[in-house]
Amino acid sequence: MIISVASGKGGTGKTLVATSLALSIKDRDKVQLLDCDVEEPNDHVFLKPTITRSEAVYIPVPKVDEDKCTYCGKCAEVCAYNAIAVSPKHVLIFPELCHGCGACSYLCPEKVISEVGREIGVVESGNSDGVEFVHGRLAIGEAMAPPIIRKVKEQANGEGTVIIDVSPGTSCPVVEAVKDSDFCLLVTEPTPFGLNDLVLAVETVRELNIPCGVILNRTGVGDRKVEEYCSKENIPILLTIPLDTEIARLYSKGITLVEGMPQWKESFLRLFAKIREIVNERGSGTKR
Amino acid sequence: MKEVVVLSGKGGTGKTGIVGSFAALAQSKVLADCDVDAADLPLLLKPTIRQKQEFWSGQVAVIDEEKCTQCGLCQDVCRFDAINDFKVDPVSCEGCGFCYHICPDEAIIMKESLSGHWFISDTKYGPLVHARLGIAQENSGKLVALVRQQAKAIAEKQGLEYIISDGPPGIGCPVISSLSGADLALLVTEPTLSGIHDLERVLGVCHHFGVTALACINKYDINQDNTHQIENYCFNQGVEVTAKVPFDNVVTEALVQGLPVVEYSQDKVSQEIESLWQRITHALGA
Repeated sequence: MIISVASGKGGTGKTLVATSLALSIKDRDKVQLLDCDVEEPNDHVFLKPTITRSEAVYIPVPKVDEDKCTYCGKCAEVCAYNAIAVSPKHVLIFPELCHGCGACSYLCPEKVISEVGREIGVVESGNSDGVEFVHGRLAIGEAMAPPIIRKVKEQANGEGTVIIDVSPGTSCPVVEAVKDSDFCLLVTEPTPFGLNDLVLAVETVRELNIPCGVILNRTGVGDRKVEEYCSKENIPILLTIPLDTEIARLYSKGITLVEGMPQWKESFLRLFAKIREIVNERGSGTKR
Repeated sequence: MKEVVVLSGKGGTGKTGIVGSFAALAQSKVLADCDVDAADLPLLLKPTIRQKQEFWSGQVAVIDEEKCTQCGLCQDVCRFDAINDFKVDPVSCEGCGFCYHICPDEAIIMKESLSGHWFISDTKYGPLVHARLGIAQENSGKLVALVRQQAKAIAEKQGLEYIISDGPPGIGCPVISSLSGADLALLVTEPTLSGIHDLERVLGVCHHFGVTALACINKYDINQDNTHQIENYCFNQGVEVTAKVPFDNVVTEALVQGLPVVEYSQDKVSQEIESLWQRITHALGA
């Protein structure tokens, strides 16, 4: 079963939930944690894994053999990203615009375009106290997170439970991380910002046809509008976590909730049981 | 005209709340919400939309079933795994057009996709340019560039002194698009280990694009040791820590009321944000 942890709004507690959920279930099930927030991965700060494998991620960018090039301009014409410009006597390539689709090299009539790898980040994997750990890191100054997210997800072993920590937002990195999940946990907070971004996140997971449930974090201040929305939309609130200075203090020190306050483990196990129930029910229905 | 963009790396450190307060404090400015996939600044500034425009960007491949002979070439060449069973998954399709160019039966067309909307609005604090990326859409960087372009045009036309941008979290495409060419970046961080980790990465992006950065530590009193660590780190990097804002529930209370905190309370949080804005105007050479 693949469970992704997303949010819309940043800083609502995705990392707290993903790490504590992984640690809570590791004695009962094989668990793998994939940190797909490759722009700002944080799970390693909490789990302190021993990294045993590191692999650079490349995207293939074109390289033109100008000795043989006839400057026909076909490559520039087919490139959807304006990553190639052809003048009468020169070919200019803008590697940072290239998405690595391969159309230019395939379609070059002279077959003078080869592809070379351009490093855009790294995928690291290892182990942390019984949790298999993988994360990706986008290199500083690079724009494209999805190819790294794809590489991180390729490491999913398909056994037991896979937990995916997702970046904030609703655009392509989020879609790339969340798609193919069996369930998506949406972590939010009881504020107007939390609600606004939750609504967007719900629309995104519904677009992907993935069932979801909400975790409401930092309850106590704020308002009740998230609860009202969830009730109206028939979205279960699976866990609430109060605004608590001790929880904030643990988080600030890079200590997971279930390590710092072991009484929370029961709540995460119940959360996991509820998710399993929803996924199983859905699986036995007509829809996958 | 000077442009300051507020970034953080890590999400949820308080960027939008601070920009909302700047909106109330600054004279002669246009506001730009560059967090186009989860735009929250309008919730504080309560805009009246004056202009709404469609954002058409990128393309998606569509297969004409009548013409398709199911040869499978498109599926073989697609590197984004977007074509299965001779159907295109529009969410996975990156719009590269490889399949369109190679289809021997000319059965694939490329359709322009409506990727979102952008708006020019009035607020009681001045003009606001904001946008909404469509659900599960790409090209957030292009939409951010458009928002900044429009904000700049308004500033030029109305002779406004500042462009104040609320940036997205992360360090990727929309962040780069928000940052490049700005006069100053304000990095809002928090004294948590993940906040520090993410600050280092977003500061790296500022250096990469040659944009001067100032730092602000929000909720600095949650963990004083970490706050010291951030101050040391910033000192070593030559980055000025311009403000230390204490943790206070008034921030959330103001948010629930839909008000910038400087308009809701006059205590320490508001005082610190006021002096932060003073410092920014100074750094921008006003």
